[in-house]
Amino acid sequence: MVFVVSLLVAVGVAVACPFVGGSGMDYGKLWAKEAPDWGIFVNLRVPRMLLALLTGAALSGAGALFQALLRDALATPSSLGVSAAAALGAVAVIAFYPGETMWFPLVWLAALAGAGGVIVLVAAMSRSDRRFSAFTLLLTGIAVNGICTAVVLLLHSLAGITKSFQITHWLMGGIDSIEYSVLGLLALAIIPICIWMLRLARVLNVVSYGETWAEGRGVDCRQVTWRGFVAGTVLVGTTTAVTGPIAFVGLIVPHLLRRVVGPDYRLLLPASIFGGGAFLVVCDTISRSVLAPVEIPVGVTTALLGGPFFVWLLWSR
Amino acid sequence: MSLLKLANVSYDFPGAPGVLDGITADAAGPQLIAVTGPNGAGKSTLLDLIAGLKTPATGECLVEGHDARRMRRDKFCQMVAHVPQQVPANIPYTVEEVVLTGRIPYGRGLYENDEDHEAMERAMARMRLEPFRTRLFHSLSGGERQRVLLAAALCQQARVLLLDEPSAHLDPANQAQLWELLRELRDLGHLVLVVTHHLALAAQNTDRVWLLHRGRLVADAPPAQAFHPDRLEAVFNVAFHRHVTEEGRVFLTYGL
Repeated sequence: MVFVVSLLVAVGVAVACPFVGGSGMDYGKLWAKEAPDWGIFVNLRVPRMLLALLTGAALSGAGALFQALLRDALATPSSLGVSAAAALGAVAVIAFYPGETMWFPLVWLAALAGAGGVIVLVAAMSRSDRRFSAFTLLLTGIAVNGICTAVVLLLHSLAGITKSFQITHWLMGGIDSIEYSVLGLLALAIIPICIWMLRLARVLNVVSYGETWAEGRGVDCRQVTWRGFVAGTVLVGTTTAVTGPIAFVGLIVPHLLRRVVGPDYRLLLPASIFGGGAFLVVCDTISRSVLAPVEIPVGVTTALLGGPFFVWLLWSR
Repeated sequence: MSLLKLANVSYDFPGAPGVLDGITADAAGPQLIAVTGPNGAGKSTLLDLIAGLKTPATGECLVEGHDARRMRRDKFCQMVAHVPQQVPANIPYTVEEVVLTGRIPYGRGLYENDEDHEAMERAMARMRLEPFRTRLFHSLSGGERQRVLLAAALCQQARVLLLDEPSAHLDPANQAQLWELLRELRDLGHLVLVVTHHLALAAQNTDRVWLLHRGRLVADAPPAQAFHPDRLEAVFNVAFHRHVTEEGRVFLTYGL
């Protein structure tokens, strides 16, 4: 039931939001597939909606996953340093790229490489004799976050004015229209991982009891933590590479939905995936509509919209 | 083949060598064994090693001939159910849901099947938990929580049960019922290892005692022999008095 309802909400939002925007749309021309409305709809608004849907689903799903694995209600997709490492990759390329006009696939690849670097670091850590646990993962994430953020700031301060602007723009994060081929690649990375996460939901419920209890019930916590970390990193790394860092989605959406559907990850994960997608589509629609033609960075909208609602929800408990 | 075989098992914590030192013991068949000793003797660590939660520095722990290090975790937990001393008190699930975690080793499907629910109902009935089934775990008292955790271990249907101070939060009536249950489980073919500080209850209810002192197994014998007053005084630094009835029941008292 929760699965169907959250899926229907996501589909409803995805269908409706491309019709909403700052510039008026002639629906007659759209229906007749005439320019420019048809082109705006198909080449700008629909791919943008799809990117927001995929990104929101990935960030919210990763947030719920990390909250279960780390047994930390405040865990977010950035808790393990993935977002910061991806940002470092992207910012390094922007800062050192020789030309003025950035070739964006290079930024995406660099951001992915940054996220991949975190996986390699944690893999090296897990091979050592020391115990690989959620706690050490969280501490490592905090250290990676701090180091990457410091280097990003350093690069930012050393870059020239043009580069500095580009870096700031990328760090603000945002949903832009991208080619369908890129969307296809993103979907290929995100959808199978989301399905894998859903299959893991019953085990995640037990992991949230603590490692000792979960191990005693037959769960290989080390393996689950490692696989979950890689899955979450791929989700966050791929989306951050394309959109830049978008805060709050991975924290707010799972928490809001936990209040509605309860703590069972068999319900919470699908609700978070579909709900996160719908939430970011709505936020992006607001971002490009309310002050049109000026666009508000979507991260600002997610924080301004979700933050106060989140606080109200906590206080009204 | 022994149900449980410990061969020269040692364990070191970083900076604390010799937490367990050369433990060798054997449990051929169903028994109720008390694992006891002073605080820090290594009792919980021994249970963790048998459960495969820790890796021995030397030696091996074999359950039905299998080493946890060389088995899939879920398969191993079909043979061994471990109930730790504590779990986080803020678990946000109902009693039924906690008990059903005992079925995880039998399948990784998203939802439990009829067989899982039947096992859960049997475990709930045995631990008299039916009135609590929809209560949230964190709303229960310490003793009630302990019964829920035991029910989850029973739901796991493992032949070897490792219980770390299961009577710690129980009142006298519930303690008596617990020991009766443990004897029943022994009679049903389980090997039950119970870490306990209740020497008097262990003396009356168990088949054997593993007495640990400073990481070493200093006694592996029936209670009447293991609980010799001189040995107990040497281990616990307090005077013990033992009375053995004609039927062989052992009563212990102690005091400074």
